[in-house]
Amino acid sequence: MGESEATLAVHEPDLKHHFDDSAQQFQSSTLGMWVFLVTELMFFGGMFGGYTVYRNMYPDAFASTSHFMNVPIGAINTGVLIFSSFTMVMAVRSAQLGQKKVLIAFLIFTLLLGCVFLTLKYVEYHEKWVDHHIPGPGFQYADTRYFHQAQILFFLYFAMTGMHAIHMIVGAGMLIVLISMAARDRFTQAWYTPVEMIGLYWHFVDIVWIFLFPLLYLIGHTK
Amino acid sequence: MSTYLPFARTEARTNYLNADYGWKSWLFTTDHKRIALLYLFSITAFFFVGGAFAVGMRVNLLTPEGIFAHDTYNKLFTMHGIIMVFFFLVPSIPATLGNFLVPLMIGARDLAFPRINLLSWYLYMIGGAIALTAIVKGGVDTGWTFYAPFSSTYSNTHVILTAIGVFVSGFSSILTGLNFIVTIHTMRAPGMTWGRLPLFVWGHYATSLIQVLGTPVIAITLVLLGLERVLHAGIFDPAVGGDPVLFQHLFWFYSHPAVYIMILPGMAVISEIIPCFSRKALFGYTFVAISSIAIAVLGFLVWGHHLFVAGQSMYASMVFSLLSFLVAVPSAIKVFNWTATMYKGSVSYETPMLYAFGFIGLFTIGGLTGLFLATLAIDVHVTDTYFVIAHFHYIMVGGMVMAYLGGIHFWFPKISGRMYPEGWARFAALIVFVGFNLTFFPQFILGYQGMPRRYAHYPPEFQVLNVMSTAGASILAVGYLLPIIYLGWAWRKGPKAPQNPWNAKGLEWEQSPTPPPTYNFETQPVVTEPAYNYSGESEEVGIG
Repeated sequence: MGESEATLAVHEPDLKHHFDDSAQQFQSSTLGMWVFLVTELMFFGGMFGGYTVYRNMYPDAFASTSHFMNVPIGAINTGVLIFSSFTMVMAVRSAQLGQKKVLIAFLIFTLLLGCVFLTLKYVEYHEKWVDHHIPGPGFQYADTRYFHQAQILFFLYFAMTGMHAIHMIVGAGMLIVLISMAARDRFTQAWYTPVEMIGLYWHFVDIVWIFLFPLLYLIGHTK
Repeated sequence: MSTYLPFARTEARTNYLNADYGWKSWLFTTDHKRIALLYLFSITAFFFVGGAFAVGMRVNLLTPEGIFAHDTYNKLFTMHGIIMVFFFLVPSIPATLGNFLVPLMIGARDLAFPRINLLSWYLYMIGGAIALTAIVKGGVDTGWTFYAPFSSTYSNTHVILTAIGVFVSGFSSILTGLNFIVTIHTMRAPGMTWGRLPLFVWGHYATSLIQVLGTPVIAITLVLLGLERVLHAGIFDPAVGGDPVLFQHLFWFYSHPAVYIMILPGMAVISEIIPCFSRKALFGYTFVAISSIAIAVLGFLVWGHHLFVAGQSMYASMVFSLLSFLVAVPSAIKVFNWTATMYKGSVSYETPMLYAFGFIGLFTIGGLTGLFLATLAIDVHVTDTYFVIAHFHYIMVGGMVMAYLGGIHFWFPKISGRMYPEGWARFAALIVFVGFNLTFFPQFILGYQGMPRRYAHYPPEFQVLNVMSTAGASILAVGYLLPIIYLGWAWRKGPKAPQNPWNAKGLEWEQSPTPPPTYNFETQPVVTEPAYNYSGESEEVGIG
């Protein structure tokens, strides 16, 4: 659209030509983001649905796999993500208050926590590789009774955590964009919509992990 | 038709078409109307690609022995289905007429997210290019349903590439739906309450709900299918504990609601055409509006009727059967209300109305045969026969394509600023109707007599009906080529359209110039009356 706002009357700087006012624009962005998160929910929902069906079919095999998951790393990562949600909230708060430096600091902090998560996830994936727990021709499983069924679980494990990790990487990329925008003074107290929207996305990705952790790591650890 | 406005006024004005002519002004446009035209030309191209595969199938079925090898025939029906479903029917009305008209009808200057709208067209084109690449490289033979474990393990064709194409184009569908939902919620003009929204907008709102809720599920299903094809971990392979029926559940969780993506916008178009050419307010506005939402909601609860013979639990099948009957209720409400609208109206027979008549008749046949298929015992008899093929072509082609053509003719003056030749258009509408029925009605009989779908050969006793069907298909092809020719001619040489050639109600005709300027309205539109106020009464018939 080339931001050709010259033809219309006085404009707030970040108001697009087709909106009446900033309130309408913000309302649209927010609703759009929530609708997008609903699509994400359905996207992950397909995998959660598949997980539910197979866990119901093969409860013992699924439980047996959680002894091969790295629970300490999973737990640390859960903590890392919950903490990153907190720093993200603080970033949104500082954007509201117009505190540029604090905003950048919290965004960088959030980004670093995201990187910690992804690094630990890489360590875990490498472990799975060494243990031959990658589904496919090289798959091995200690309990031969459950060979095929455990392979299905590991298939779901990689599909679900892999999709989650891709979302984390996208989120990290968007955090970098936000940091650069904040550094170039693009945000004001009146307009910080991208921070708020990416914040919503970040929380969603965190919440997905909150469900993945017990379903994939903890189901076999009952007394 | 009413009188033409003097040429001078239409000629001098700047509109969205003559605002700029460079190729960049099209490929980088964020104007919803130009994006609608980009979509219009692309989906028309895909329609003829998909149609070419259908021609191949019908030619093969002229004789019991066929002319193509079995593998070739498998690819023909697969690629016909994939192109027609994912690259024509799903985007057909929403991405073209919906994209063009939703902002105009609610009095907005554009969709809420113009750049996302353009992105959706690019995703569609990328997805389409990937699918076409797969076709050129040798095609795919799984059926458009990609059923596992054939697709995940045994097929030697380009399953993954095709799935990637469908996956990418799915996001274009999601983004269109998201854009419509947000636009309809936040960008209505003053006075445009929910109870005054044109039913075209209600229909697109319901469609968008399905696009947003359903499409992500097919996306993840195709991801799982692709991963399984690479890894062979057995997730859908019953030999090693996988569950192929799970694939069918996931697939139809999207793909059944998706058939409502492929009919609700058609109903939306018909709800505009009928009041206009009956000169009457639509009968039972509230019921028709709510029935769109009811179809969207119920449509998510009936997917199991595709699995009656797939080993699904009998009790689940009974519930799905009951729910499938229920979804017929809101569809019937629409048909009854359209018919009641025409009662004592001053009905005229312009081309859009002819398509609307065709839609009502053919959709009713398609819908009623759907009830046969929702009935457990009959479904066992006709599952995977030509009865099913005939049923859903009556909905998809007899319904949606008819509505699409009707809508294209109805809004052609708005879109192009020109009038199409009425005589040729009526002739083409008649040809389409005759050709369609001759193509697909024999297939009901074939299916009921037991001819299975997806076979290249058939017993000789089915030949007469198959020849009739192929003959009908060639008539239908003429009916589809004619509009391309005369609409293409009218776009350049047709007489200038007046502001409101049909004397229709609605913001797009009454308050936006024809053709519209880039930001749609010269002054802020204000709505002061209910939709379809053809009688000029001032009373409200609204919802909440």
